[in-house]
Amino acid sequence: MSEYSLSHLAQLEAESIHIIREVAAECEKPVMLYSIGKDSSVMVRLAQKAFAPGPVPFPLLHVDTTYKFRAMIEFRDKFCAEQGLELLVHTNEEAQLEGINPFDHGSDKYTHAFKTEALLQAINRGGYDAAFGGARRDEEKSRAKERVYSFRDRFHQWDPKNQRPELWNLYNGRVSSGESIRVFPLSNWTELDIWLYIYKEQIPIVPIYYAQKQPCVMRDGRIIMVDDGRLPLKPGEEPQMKMVRFRSLGCYPLTAATESEAHSLPLIIEEMMLTRKSERENRMIDYDGNASMEQKKREGYF
Amino acid sequence: MTNIDALLEENEAKDLLRFVTAGSVDDGKSTLIGRLLYESKGIYEDQLEAVAQASKTEGTTGDDIDLALLTDGLRAEREQGITIDVAYRYFSTPSRKFIIADSPGHEQYTRNMVTGASTASLVIILVDASKGIITQSKRHAFIASLLRIPRVLLAVNKMDLMDYSEDVFREIVHDFTEFAAKLELTEIDFIPVSALKGDNVVSKSERMPWYDGRSVLRHLDTVHIAGDRNLIDFRMPVQYVSRTNASFRGYMGRIESGAVHVGDAVVVLPSGVTNRVKEVFGPDGPTETAFASMSATLTLENEVDVSRGDVISPVNNRPTVDRALEAMVVWMDSDKLSLTKEYLVKHGTRLIPARITKLQYQVDVNTLHRSEVDSLSLNEIGRCELELSQLVAFDPYRKNRATGSMIIIDRMTNRTVGAAMVLDRGGGAGRSQANWESFSSSSYLAPKASGVSPVEREARDGYCGFTVFLTGLTGSRKRDIALLLEREFFDEGASVVVLDGHTIRSGVGKDLGFDASARSENLRRVAETARVLNDHGVIAICAFVAPYSELRDKVAETIGEERFFGVFVDAPVEYCRKHDAQGLYDKADRGEIKSFPGVNATYEFPTSPNLLVRPAEQSLETCAGLIYTAVKKKFFKKPSLKSVDW
Ligand SMILES: Nc1nc2c(ncn2[C@@H]2O[C@H](COP(=O)(O)OP(=O)(O)O)[C@@H](O)[C@H]2O)c(=O)[nH]1
Repeated sequence: MSEYSLSHLAQLEAESIHIIREVAAECEKPVMLYSIGKDSSVMVRLAQKAFAPGPVPFPLLHVDTTYKFRAMIEFRDKFCAEQGLELLVHTNEEAQLEGINPFDHGSDKYTHAFKTEALLQAINRGGYDAAFGGARRDEEKSRAKERVYSFRDRFHQWDPKNQRPELWNLYNGRVSSGESIRVFPLSNWTELDIWLYIYKEQIPIVPIYYAQKQPCVMRDGRIIMVDDGRLPLKPGEEPQMKMVRFRSLGCYPLTAATESEAHSLPLIIEEMMLTRKSERENRMIDYDGNASMEQKKREGYF
Repeated sequence: MTNIDALLEENEAKDLLRFVTAGSVDDGKSTLIGRLLYESKGIYEDQLEAVAQASKTEGTTGDDIDLALLTDGLRAEREQGITIDVAYRYFSTPSRKFIIADSPGHEQYTRNMVTGASTASLVIILVDASKGIITQSKRHAFIASLLRIPRVLLAVNKMDLMDYSEDVFREIVHDFTEFAAKLELTEIDFIPVSALKGDNVVSKSERMPWYDGRSVLRHLDTVHIAGDRNLIDFRMPVQYVSRTNASFRGYMGRIESGAVHVGDAVVVLPSGVTNRVKEVFGPDGPTETAFASMSATLTLENEVDVSRGDVISPVNNRPTVDRALEAMVVWMDSDKLSLTKEYLVKHGTRLIPARITKLQYQVDVNTLHRSEVDSLSLNEIGRCELELSQLVAFDPYRKNRATGSMIIIDRMTNRTVGAAMVLDRGGGAGRSQANWESFSSSSYLAPKASGVSPVEREARDGYCGFTVFLTGLTGSRKRDIALLLEREFFDEGASVVVLDGHTIRSGVGKDLGFDASARSENLRRVAETARVLNDHGVIAICAFVAPYSELRDKVAETIGEERFFGVFVDAPVEYCRKHDAQGLYDKADRGEIKSFPGVNATYEFPTSPNLLVRPAEQSLETCAGLIYTAVKKKFFKKPSLKSVDW
């Protein structure tokens, strides 16, 4: 019967496709949050596979924080056009008018306005009752108990006391009007699974995941890439060219790079298997104290 | 480059094992998981540093790193006032990826463990060696059996506190085995460990040379799981219908069991319309066949009305289609189960209104006692009858975890309030242990093959044929009791026959083995033989292990409830081992006999036998005497005028 065996990647794939189809079938108006990162790339591929030979029956939504790496925006537009995907982009315009930025207002206020607030605006305005996100449980300790279907009240609050038990693969997607669910089809994937799948499926990813020479400055022991002229240089700071790559992508002033020579997928995977540092280490927003992720989630952050 | 290619290949080919961990607070569950993650490098340096840091302030292990802190959300969460429920962790070895469902052992325990267990193919039950098998261990074993987790690993932890003593370990193994005999657990393994010191967790410990089995990780890594999936009964609940254009209608869904091929004859249920598979699409496009756990798309030869919620199955192997069913229900909500409320049930991809019409009994998770109740509260388990508002295609849970499970949803709060596992219904479709057709239980009333009527027989003999059926483990001495009973009846002039393993298996059942289906067939022959004997006025005394209650019910049904007398010969396993002349237990211990009830297969205790005897406490003569008296009272005509000697 071994001809009927499935590798772990094939099993994860089948499970994710099942989840995506289930939401498409049961929810009135789903949307897929597209962050342009590697996890989103995998999630989009799974959505395409779920509905092939038909098109993906819901749009992608990118919440643009205005400080994304340029390479990400270029990639986003090209990728969605090539793949025939419906892309919606939302930015918190009020915050933009107020001129909120990570340098003058701090990363907390900035992420709250451009990520948390912006996402809620987009979901409310679009009237979406379900939003797919590419988060994985292995990313961070507080995500370990996150459900595949994460229930949000009408204020988009995540009440950890009020989540539904998930048994077998029977998901309960019932919501009252105004309420919504966040759905994480990649819950059971690990970072390594993501890279292996990208490799196996030859999924295109933003080029700065590969090691390249980039202009960088060092801040608090972290390598920050000077992606454009908006990064205020401190006295004495002089951008240096460094061979670096990114393990996860976000807003460039808040995302640290790693020194690396890995310029191809196999090399990244090899490096991955050897390094013993978590990808979140390079995300500054998790560092605002141990419980910060939990707090952000309660407020509606993904 | 070749190096990395090999590595990639190896990683792509890994399989997946989901397991759940169970243990009560402080048994060392977090420490064990922490160590597995740590030693299999499932932990990143920065996470480890954070734990090393925290160990100094919060740890309980002195100078050692407190590995429990890696996974133990408990302490942190308690402080934050967050509900603690199932957390998922991941690690992998070169051959397998593991998903751990970790549910902490506190008040919400049943609900959490049930959730984690629903997708698990193995459970690690932790026992503290210094405490032995406690109530919670039994509860965990019961839930494992209820959810039908295919295998149990009992990790006897904190062996360091007990001087790594073999006797301590043996005693725990013995106690657990004895309790487990009451449950439906098929594969049980035992490993003595010290999670704290690392003994037998990842590599074999030198401190327990007497233990010759595998370490926990090695066990997880090599245990055979390929047979778990049901690859026989093809079932695909339709999830989504894709109408890309006028000519393409794809039925999308996850194949829950079995396999499907282009050209297969299928039926769409509940409508029952037959069809043929035209095309099969897997994740990478068209293919010849798709099988269990794949997400696939099918097209059918004939245009028919198929919609979400329907189930596609083979024409000649269909699930039961019904609106009524019985299920074991685990209640998961703070609002109690209501027999008047209308709920929603999600089964496969179908969401339908349903009522719980009857609550037959509640099972106490700690003692397995059954009691009559009016309702179920949070974390309580009971056997219920459900009435669905539409026809649904389902299988018994024991046969098919996917098509035999459902969740119950409250219509008002939208919360998931219950988990239900469909039971086999005696005589109905979806038989599993008993694979023979049921007979009308009253057919014996008019035995056509006999020219003598039961009334005439009774008039002459003072009784009609009947069957005394003794069930009990091997070595419970049911045969000896049967022979004493035979003697009693013979001596008073009755016609009596003993049917037991020896008489039946040496002839009538010669061609049969001992797995569940062979046992079923063997008993069917026994029942038929007894029926014929009874029809002709002969008393049949049967002595069989007959480990499944469903099978025993079937025997009673075949013979006729009215002339069936069930006796449970209840003897502890030690007693049975002592009286096992053929050394069968030893063979089963060594693995030479597979599926041996009491060792590596289940013996379902009879819950309502006509009589229970205890050979370990009563003499064999007493046992036989008790049966004799009860049977006399039930089946023999009261002394009539005729029998009074004028
Ligand atoms: N002596 C000894 N102590 C242990 C062992 N495993 C765990 N412990 C200790 O038992 C306590 C509870 O362990 P923990 O893993 O937090 O238990 P949990 O509540 O089941 O997760 C801690 O103080 C551990 O250090 C063991 O094998 N031997």
